Amino acid sequence: MKFQMKATLVGAAAAVALASAPATAIARDTISIVGSSTVYPFATTVAERFGRGGNPTPKIESTGSGGGMKLFCQGIGTDNPDITNASRRMKSSEFEMCQKNGVKEITEVVIGYDGIVIANSVKGEKIDLSKRDIFLALGKEVPDPKGGEKLVPNPYKTWNEVNSDLPNTKIEVLGPPPTSGTRDAFNELAIEGGCKTFDWIAAIKDEDKSKYKSICRSIREDGAYVEAGENDNLIVQKLGSNPQALGVFGYSFLDQNRGKVQAATIEGVEPRMETIASGDYPVSRSLFFYVKKAHVGVVPGIEGYVKEFTSERAWGPDGYLVDKGMIPLPDDMRAKMAKQAQGLKSMTGKEL
Amino acid sequence: MSETTAKVRKSLARRYRQEKRFQAYGILSIGVGLLALLILFTDIIGKGHSAFFEHYIQLEISLDPDVLGVDDASDDEQLNYANFGGVIKEALRERFPGVDDRQQQRQLYALVSSGASYNLRDELKADPSLLGGTRELWLLADDDVDLYLKTPERKRPDARLDDQQKQWIEDLEAAGETDKRFNASFFSHGDSREPELAGIGSAIVGSFFTMIVTLCLSFPIGVAAAIYLEEFAPRNKFTDFIEVNINNLAAVPSIIFGLLGLAIFINLFGLPRSVPLLGGLVLTLMTLPTIIITSRAAIKTVPPSVREGALALGASKMQVVLHHVLPLALPGMLTGSIIGMAQALGETAPLLLIGMVAFIVDIPGGPTDPATVLPVQIYLWADSPEQSFVAMTSAAIMVLLAFLITMNTLAVVLRKRLERRW
Repeated sequence: MKFQMKATLVGAAAAVALASAPATAIARDTISIVGSSTVYPFATTVAERFGRGGNPTPKIESTGSGGGMKLFCQGIGTDNPDITNASRRMKSSEFEMCQKNGVKEITEVVIGYDGIVIANSVKGEKIDLSKRDIFLALGKEVPDPKGGEKLVPNPYKTWNEVNSDLPNTKIEVLGPPPTSGTRDAFNELAIEGGCKTFDWIAAIKDEDKSKYKSICRSIREDGAYVEAGENDNLIVQKLGSNPQALGVFGYSFLDQNRGKVQAATIEGVEPRMETIASGDYPVSRSLFFYVKKAHVGVVPGIEGYVKEFTSERAWGPDGYLVDKGMIPLPDDMRAKMAKQAQGLKSMTGKEL
Repeated sequence: MSETTAKVRKSLARRYRQEKRFQAYGILSIGVGLLALLILFTDIIGKGHSAFFEHYIQLEISLDPDVLGVDDASDDEQLNYANFGGVIKEALRERFPGVDDRQQQRQLYALVSSGASYNLRDELKADPSLLGGTRELWLLADDDVDLYLKTPERKRPDARLDDQQKQWIEDLEAAGETDKRFNASFFSHGDSREPELAGIGSAIVGSFFTMIVTLCLSFPIGVAAAIYLEEFAPRNKFTDFIEVNINNLAAVPSIIFGLLGLAIFINLFGLPRSVPLLGGLVLTLMTLPTIIITSRAAIKTVPPSVREGALALGASKMQVVLHHVLPLALPGMLTGSIIGMAQALGETAPLLLIGMVAFIVDIPGGPTDPATVLPVQIYLWADSPEQSFVAMTSAAIMVLLAFLITMNTLAVVLRKRLERRW
């Protein structure tokens, strides 16, 4: 009898443990944020400060811009995130997905800029690249060097074959894999930017958009471009041990590793806070976050978090986000954005 | 001498040589393994040891009620909004007079960690009589300063500080106003964007809750399944099918269990993301096959004579199992469970998908609070731009390894102590 009792007890305990598990949507008092790994360092800094002010610290997951949008647009209700960060603008397809799932009112906030830099070890030579050089060195198919309007698989092995002003070193570029938002932006701004300097390729865009995209947004796969993983720190470390290689990563990593790596100038422009903010540096992009309005008032603190993020002490030119490597918006745009954000202005979908 | 003996004699030397070579290969393999271990440990310890210490800067702080905006130091509300930063900035300006340029002042203020004002608040909270007085206080240094003080002399020119800042730090160092102390906050704090404030406290607590959930579910379920399959289940195609499946599950990559968790626990049952309860459930799925397989092996080692003896004395099947088989097999089951737990403790892949890769500052108070776990914390720090996180990453790896080694040693000791041979 005794043992049956014991066995029943064990069974009961297991049953209780299982029954308590599938509790439905537990109310939340911490803000839940998902999204871009580029915005993650900035969002976490704000969250931390916000938490120190006596609020529960928001929970931030680094899911990538696309993954964040997917979670964000899944629906209304406390099992879904309140805010998503993005290193690119919301796509209209994503906006539609949101609408379809009942996420009607969304506030868009532009928070600042991020530059993508091409850098090498300080032991190497400092170089200047044009977007055209970057396309010719890294594009999968490039115009025939012998002339004519014909595409050939990228034949270039060294930088001075691409452009005689560049050093005679092997083309070896370490950069992020296709899943990364940095790679998307690099393809779009640098590779495509250089690609469309060829008029006859730019002309293809009007005839056959997908062909144009496949020419201008593909990176060579013969080993000259090395996918070094999502970890930008790893790229910086590898550059240190290989002075000939170049690396592609975000501006904040350059800022934190000044003693180890130097950035190449692009079109003669040095990536600096001012040149990126003014748009002179050609490879830069805007950073965003999106707020789900239906959760404001349901999950406490969302308004406070938005206010903290858009306060001068955070995103202003002297703010703490600048210390983390974010590039602030111009003054007038910041004022306008702050008003929009704190007033939680909804997107219409037409702006995308 | 017969012909055969001659033949054997002739080949003897060759056979000895062969055997020696064979042994040498074995020793070589062990050597390679040990070397890899040695390289791993030197790298991790070499990088990580410095993170267990952090630097403080001594400043003479006057807790002026006017600057702080506090008239009653026992009022928490006032302390929360007090301008401790202002007091620290004033102290820095006084220590290095003549810094008037705004840009330069910013550089000067950057010497002290942004967390120092919270330390100051706690200090004043603990002793309200400090208000209005002047005291020599040790304040936490910024991570760049800390890193600079930790780098050996010859490498210092590369540091991420400007010449003026280096001058100030060297001034402080020469005057004995910097101090290297044990980094206790590394074990008590949660994650932070400031390396000098970040710690593995919340990750350890998160790992603890996750492991508790995993243990409470996987041990009873695993052992019950093993007992049923070994002692009660009929031998037929169906049980064979189950056995094959359990063995297959043990070899499934762990990320698949994360996908399963996402589909079932989050999407179907509506469990919240990023909580230890969910992490524990997913890791339970992952460790169950290991526990079932080792438990079955442990039950198999109990000799049939024990069962037959008990049955002969009139024990029921259940009494045989509970009185005789289970106590004898328990050490083996425990060992298997500990090894399974150690595996689960070091796992990140399935947790990526259920939202446990998150920035968690507050220390979780229970299995339903958002949390992260140790290996995930390591993953997050390895991806952070600040240079000090390199050392922090290695230090966190050292802590994780210490836990794993302890668990595995426990498993070995248990086996040695409790094992019975027949």
